[in-house]
Amino acid sequence: MGMELIFNGIRGAIELILGANPDVAEIAARSVRVSGMATLIASTWSLPAGLAIGLYSFKGKGLLKSLFNSMLGIPTVVLGLILYLLLVPSGPLGFLGLIYTEMGISFGQALLITPIIISFVTTSIESVEKEVRELAKTLGAGRFDASIAVMRETMAGVVLSIIAAFNRAVAELGVAIMIGGNVFVRGSALNTRVLTTAIQMYTSRGDIEMAIALGIILLLIVFVVSMVLNFLQSRFA
Amino acid sequence: MIELEGITKRFGEVIALDRVSLKIDEARIFAVIGNSGAGKTTLLRIISLLERQDEGRYLYKGEDAWSKEEDLKRRITMVFQKPVMFNTTVYNNIAYGLKLRGYTREEIKTKVAEMLELVRLEGYEKKNAKRLSGGEQQRVAIARALITEPELLVLDEPTANLDAANASVVERCIKELVGDGTTVIMATHNLFQAKRLSDRVAYLFNGRLIEVGKTERVFEKPENELTEKFINGELYF
Repeated sequence: MGMELIFNGIRGAIELILGANPDVAEIAARSVRVSGMATLIASTWSLPAGLAIGLYSFKGKGLLKSLFNSMLGIPTVVLGLILYLLLVPSGPLGFLGLIYTEMGISFGQALLITPIIISFVTTSIESVEKEVRELAKTLGAGRFDASIAVMRETMAGVVLSIIAAFNRAVAELGVAIMIGGNVFVRGSALNTRVLTTAIQMYTSRGDIEMAIALGIILLLIVFVVSMVLNFLQSRFA
Repeated sequence: MIELEGITKRFGEVIALDRVSLKIDEARIFAVIGNSGAGKTTLLRIISLLERQDEGRYLYKGEDAWSKEEDLKRRITMVFQKPVMFNTTVYNNIAYGLKLRGYTREEIKTKVAEMLELVRLEGYEKKNAKRLSGGEQQRVAIARALITEPELLVLDEPTANLDAANASVVERCIKELVGDGTTVIMATHNLFQAKRLSDRVAYLFNGRLIEVGKTERVFEKPENELTEKFINGELYF
């Protein structure tokens, strides 16, 4: 029974994907857009922060690194709940109007993935920092040029951090459901349903074909984005 | 050219160098010999301005070296025992020092070709330097150092991890370089190499300078009992 359900689900899913179901396409596109925006927003503060923590020595550096490392595993529902309480109209940040919006989900996911980018970038810099900096200095580089050389060497780590961050954002459920609310009205510009919230909803409704179809698409997005970024990184290097 | 007066360096409780005083002449090969942990690398790192001494004076052509740090870093180049490669092509690795110095693209191309010929790596321009064998990487490191035409080349065990063929290429480069007016300081635990290449030799033991003098004299008639035992292979730990 269980296997039959899965096989039927996969068959139905393939039909939905090949038939380019407009609802499925819209939800998938929103997932990529929302999580891509989250990764972009998070990168604007996390990349400079990660570079600064990795490149410079300062008091409290160890504590800061421990803090970000411990935040890597923050439960998404807890973050979603905190953000919900902050962003609801009666909450302290309610005036921003982010609750039940795409941008609200992006903002929440950006906070979720900030520790990932910072920790990955910091670690990848520290793994090469001393030897590459010394090498650059022995060849005549000043402080600035030596830092540039270190950053170049950590490009693979930076790309990996972006991939991991995007994948974490696109695959999380807690923030998307609590801030986005899984709103979907065909043709509406205010929809917030993304792949994870849709999978959760269709599964609870017993619509396994749709849930599997969306699950396959989610996996494809994760694989394709990872492969494209890896390819770009290897070309760039 | 170089005068070290009472150089002491500590790492916590460990005294890596204990009041070492030395004079090193221009356009000569100066070898530093001693067992592992004798302080050879620390001495070389201080001379290369990668490590600052705790006590004593380091004079370069009569002036305090640390007061001219930025200028001297463009005239002193160190090659590490374990070659560090930038994660890019052989060409970009060798060209790095010239790019920092503002050479034109054409000048760089010509000089890189000369260097590749010198270290017998013609045709390696486009290979990723990190994927070369240890011997080839060491030759790239030598070429990358030589291309900047340093006044002083500091080599830490330049042939320690190389086979006979690679070692002979590196030794030939060192000899040619000194003929062109560069001063070479090299740490080695290979007594045959020190004898074969150097004009003067210093023997370090537990961070102390035991003996220094003309290579022939030190090997033929060592003045210190420890030097004699080390040269005769009778110093065990």
